[in-house]
Parts: sequence; structure tokens; C-alpha cells
Amino acid sequence: MPDATAGFAEQALDVRRPSAILPLEARNLVFEAGGRRLIDGIDLRLDAGCRTVVMGPNGAGKSLLLRLLHGLIEPSAGSVLWQGKPADRTVRRRQAMVFQRPVLLRRSVSANMHHALRANGFSRQEARDRARDWLAYAGLSGFADQPARVLSGGEQQRLAVARALSLGPEVLFLDEPTASLDPASTLGIEEIIQKAAASGTKIVLITHDIGQARRIADEVVFLYRGRVEAFDQALCFFDAPGSAKARAFIEGRIVL
Amino acid sequence: MQDFGAAFGLAFGLILSGDADLAEIVMLSLQVSLSAVAVACMIGLPIGAAAAVYRFPGRAALVVFMNTMMGLPPVVAGLLVYLMLSNAGPLGGLGLLYTATAMIIVQTVLVTPIIAALARQLIADLHTEYDEQLRSLGLRGIRTIATLLWDGRYSLLTVALAGFGRAVAEVGAVIIVGGNINHATRVMTTTIALETSKGDLGLALALGIILIGLSVLVNGGVLALRATAVRSAYA
Repeated sequence: MPDATAGFAEQALDVRRPSAILPLEARNLVFEAGGRRLIDGIDLRLDAGCRTVVMGPNGAGKSLLLRLLHGLIEPSAGSVLWQGKPADRTVRRRQAMVFQRPVLLRRSVSANMHHALRANGFSRQEARDRARDWLAYAGLSGFADQPARVLSGGEQQRLAVARALSLGPEVLFLDEPTASLDPASTLGIEEIIQKAAASGTKIVLITHDIGQARRIADEVVFLYRGRVEAFDQALCFFDAPGSAKARAFIEGRIVL
Repeated sequence: MQDFGAAFGLAFGLILSGDADLAEIVMLSLQVSLSAVAVACMIGLPIGAAAAVYRFPGRAALVVFMNTMMGLPPVVAGLLVYLMLSNAGPLGGLGLLYTATAMIIVQTVLVTPIIAALARQLIADLHTEYDEQLRSLGLRGIRTIATLLWDGRYSLLTVALAGFGRAVAEVGAVIIVGGNINHATRVMTTTIALETSKGDLGLALALGIILIGLSVLVNGGVLALRATAVRSAYA
């Protein structure tokens, strides 16, 4: 997928960087809304160097958990700690998130990249260079001047992932980024994610796609009704899940 | 009183001949209303956007106030500005009463709430869509507002158009603070009112036709621009 002009992005992804903000810990994390406890006392520690996949049935609290970890919403109780401390400005700048439905500005493809980079403190020239290289890396150079919203679903999501990675995050949260994509587009996104992971970017991915989870995961967090039902190495989780609900989920049986 | 056909004939004659008085009145009307809309946009858009994005004490009251002010009777606005600018008023020393500037001020007073209230609704909808993404990118406060205003630019043009429609068609307020002085503060609407009362329907009709034509032109232009933006997925 990357084309020949993706120099900077390729270089960036070839460098394995030590993490300055991990581990990420959730301590007795609780989120309540409308009198319901949607996240129910989650304790979790995510370390650098492995790809974490979050799974669970609808309503398990996966997206909420990601938003809490990323700092988009405040917990009702408990805390999210980065290297033992609450997130500060530096920590917030070293993480990025890709949403299930890519939220693209009503601007051109390159302007979407440029906007995100400028917002994160890159100079005009740096933003231009990075945008060009990351668009090339994502195979979107030919679309640079087109309105972002006329791209196909797969291209839009590639743009969203490229935009997030162009900021150089140490942690990349992805909330079902391929949920509505065809297999080819899905593999395209996965290729970018895998390369980012190989360069040292911590991946925290939500998916319902068990095949995708098997392809990507080093470790799996299985949520059920706002609690961590299982948290294990991927091989263990898929071969011998320690939870009956996780086993039922993997086998495609309904988990209520 | 002229008959109807003669009045129309005279009106088209004035328009086609490029009558100097007519042109002067039209130009002053455009100058006053476009200036008022520009100032109202500079004030109303940030206020509307801030009310859409920020949560602060009194926000609900501000929204109610803006919505209420949308229906402010022009003569009341005219009276208030008149009191401010008259010799006995706090701004009397500026000597602005019965000038084009006074008319711009009063039209700004009338148009700003319309632009602020409509912009607030529009920006609030856009903010709902963008909120998490912008916060994820680290944008806060004024930079969020700037992003939303830019991305809503084509829709906001329609808002500005609504303001222009209100401004250019207004008569009660501008006649109070402008005085309808020939070659100084006489605009299309005040001239139409004056000439109609005098029974000189030719000039009044000519101005009425131009007023409607302008309205069609501006509406059509903005509609075309918006349609282009929608086609290009920028709106």
C-alpha cells in the first residue's frame, strides 16, 4: 500500500521508540449514567510492546472503556493513570484515537491532515511534510486535494488512521475501525496498524471480528457487563478461554 | 396618484436609464446593510459558537435572550439607539444621529441576535458531530470554535443571508435614527415609504423591484454556493 514518497512515515514506523507514558492503568474504574453502572470497577494494566484487543458483546462497555482511557470522558469513580500519574498535557498529546465512523472535517484530505498536525503544535512546514508523507503511506496521495467526505468508507478510515499516526502517538486507541469495511479495506487498515505496532506504537483495538482479533492481538481483554471477564495472552484466550462467557463469545454463541 | 401601468413604466424607465438618484439610494442601502451584516457576523458568530460549545452559568439565559431578541421590534431598536445617540444620550457627543453610521448601528442591533441564535444552533449540531474527534486531537476552546466556524462556513452563509434580508428590508428603525435625509440617509425602504406617501409610485416601485431583485440575486447566489458545497461534500 505505501507508495514511494512515503519516506517520513516509513522512517517513523521503522523506529522502535521506548514508551515515555506507559504503563496505562485503570484502577477501580467506574462509569455510571442514568442510574446504571456501565463500567463496573475495572482494574487493568496495559504495558508497552504488545497489541491489546478489547472484545465483548454489545453493551459490554468496550467503547466507554476506550473513551475513559483516552480521557474523552471522566470516570464516576476510580482513576486512569499513566506511569502511575493522571494524564497531563504531555500524556494527552502522546495518544490518539480512531473512531468507528471516521469523523472528517469538511475540508480536503490534506487539509484534514494539516489541521490535526497544526493542532498538535507542528509548524506549517512540518505539517505539510508530514501530511504529504503519511498520505503517501496510506495510499491516499492521489486524493490529497479532494474533499475528504467523498472518499469511500475504506479510504476515509485509512485517512483517519493516517491522521492519528501522523501525530506520532505512543498509544493508538481504535474503536472498531473496520466495522463497516469490506475485507480488502479491512486488511489495508490492519496492515497500517500492524506496522505502527511493530514500530512501538501501543495498539488498543476494539473489534467484534474474531478473525481480526486473532490476527492482531497479543493480549485480549474480554468485557462483560462493564467488568473484565477475562484478560489473557491471545493464544491462551483463543485456545482455552478461562471464562465460560468468553468461550461462548468465541464460539459464536449468544452471550446475554 | 399615477395609474398602475404608468407607475410601472416610470419604474422600469428609472431602472433602465440608470437614474443617478436611484443608484445613490441603492448603493447607500447596500453599504449600510452589508456593513451591518459584516459587523453583526463579527459579533454574532463568535457569541453563537461560544454558546454552542461552552458550558457556563447563564448559558441558558443567554440562549433565551438571543432567541427573544430575534423578534425585537425594529422601532423599539430604533428608539433605543436613538436615545443612545441623541444629544442627551451617553453617545450623543459622537454626533452620529442622522448619519449612515447610526443606521448601520441600528441594523447591527437588529441582525446580531438573528445571526448569533441561528449560528448557535448550527454550530451546536456540528459540535455534536465533531466533539470527540476534536478533543481527541487536543483541541479546546477557541481553536474548537475556529474549526467549527470554518467547517460550518457554507451553512453560516445562509445565516448571514437571513441577517441581510432582515437588514435590507428594515424601515422603522433606520427612519428613526437616520431621518431619511435626501442624499445622506435615504435608503430603499425609507424612500419607498416616503414616495408612496407622496403618491409618487414610480420611484417607489422601481426601488421595490430592485429590492426584490437583490433579494432573489443574493438568495440564488447563496443557494448555488451551498449546492456546490454540498456536491463537493464541503457542507
